[in-house]
Amino acid sequence: MERNLTLPIDGATARELRVSDILFLTGTIFTARDEAHLLMLEAQESGKDIPFDPSQMALFHCGPVVSRQNGGWKVIAAGPTTSIRMELFEDKYLETFRPPIIIGKGGMGDRTQTALESVGAVYTHYTGGAGALAAKRIESVEGVEWLEELGMPEAAWLFKVKDFGPLLVTMDSAGGNLYKDLESAVAGNIKAIMERIDAT
Amino acid sequence: MGSMTIQEALLAALKQATTVLPQDVVNALQAARARETSSMGVAQLDAILENVAIARDGSIPMCQDTGIQTFFVEAGVHSPFLKDLKGWIGDAVIQATTTVPLRPNTVDPFTGVNPGDNSGRFMPVINWELVDGDNVVVSVLPKGGGSENMSALKMLAPGVGMVGIKKAVVEHVVSCRGWPCPPTILGVGIGGGADIAMKLGKKAVLREIGSQHADKAAAALERELLELINMTGVGPMGVGGETTCLAVHVEYAHRHPASLPLGILVQCWADRRARVRLNADGIAEVMS
Repeated sequence: MERNLTLPIDGATARELRVSDILFLTGTIFTARDEAHLLMLEAQESGKDIPFDPSQMALFHCGPVVSRQNGGWKVIAAGPTTSIRMELFEDKYLETFRPPIIIGKGGMGDRTQTALESVGAVYTHYTGGAGALAAKRIESVEGVEWLEELGMPEAAWLFKVKDFGPLLVTMDSAGGNLYKDLESAVAGNIKAIMERIDAT
Repeated sequence: MGSMTIQEALLAALKQATTVLPQDVVNALQAARARETSSMGVAQLDAILENVAIARDGSIPMCQDTGIQTFFVEAGVHSPFLKDLKGWIGDAVIQATTTVPLRPNTVDPFTGVNPGDNSGRFMPVINWELVDGDNVVVSVLPKGGGSENMSALKMLAPGVGMVGIKKAVVEHVVSCRGWPCPPTILGVGIGGGADIAMKLGKKAVLREIGSQHADKAAAALERELLELINMTGVGPMGVGGETTCLAVHVEYAHRHPASLPLGILVQCWADRRARVRLNADGIAEVMS
């Protein structure tokens, strides 16, 4: 089902989302890759304030190209990065900061799946490399955190977006997982391929 | 394009590679779109093609990961510019980081410090090959990190033969799922040694889609691997579909009798490349 959602969304709405839904988001999303995940978790543990509220936004696995223009920022390209790198700490991050929607590419592992179920969140897939398309749907940069320490790709950027998508839900809070379904189909194909190679 | 200095041509090539997907890749993506049967796969290919058009029309990077700037130089031994070329390439990358712009991607592995201009130890990467004559051809391949992370070296037992090579490549592609941003271009390097197999594979990525290896056996392996990989069903971006791979390019070297190195170099759909030719008279042009 295609759904246009305006952030923030409530817990019930997030729990309704299912694998194969296609989302278009309007509102504020923030970027965080490996370093921003670690920094935010460490800050939280040592009792420091996080300068924005992730539970009201969508988390975007992205290291954008942003350029300074007329004293402000302009997003040049902002496609998703490979999400599986964040598998190391995404479960803890979800439980700590509770963003209802993750945007990334390539899917995540079992630990994240379990956390999505307990928190009531979804993982959505955005077309990898579609950096120019994504930038077109970003209306403005609302802020950036930890730019000095982390550099442009790893900093946390807050983007105001309109109709940001299409985002395909591939992991949901009810245990739905498109990658698992696909894995069994591919495993069947592999068997036939290996037999064919042996026959040559 | 008209006549340029080498500095202008290197900058133009970096801009072109980053913003305009070569026509052979666009054609291959369109052909993949036309034969795709999975609706989710179609949605991925449509988004890629729309993204490519936006990047081209707006002269903006097609992907936010503008890569590690990787150069292959065929240096004519009689060119008068060989001593300056390394400096010019390095300067062009630093300048392009601001003007294109490129994402500052180079990071010190010990300190984590990013110099902010894509410079650094052994950066940009330059591969040199000496050739006859007085011309220089510089190919640039901005290589994204997501697909590079999926590249692999397998040191196979020679006894597994070509059957073992085919199985290892297919198994590897499946294990990569959607992570390298398929549909991909695969560079498959065989023989030489561990480093040679990887380098041959990366160089093979530079070839145009639709071209085939001059050696008949290598060309046959390219065709067969492509067909086998596209039977897996991994599909565009790993969400399922007909096209997992746009092209397989094989390159090989003779090997040690005890070794069968297999380099699998994975290139995402954003197969960005451009070439510059520098003549002995100092006139340069961007070739593709």
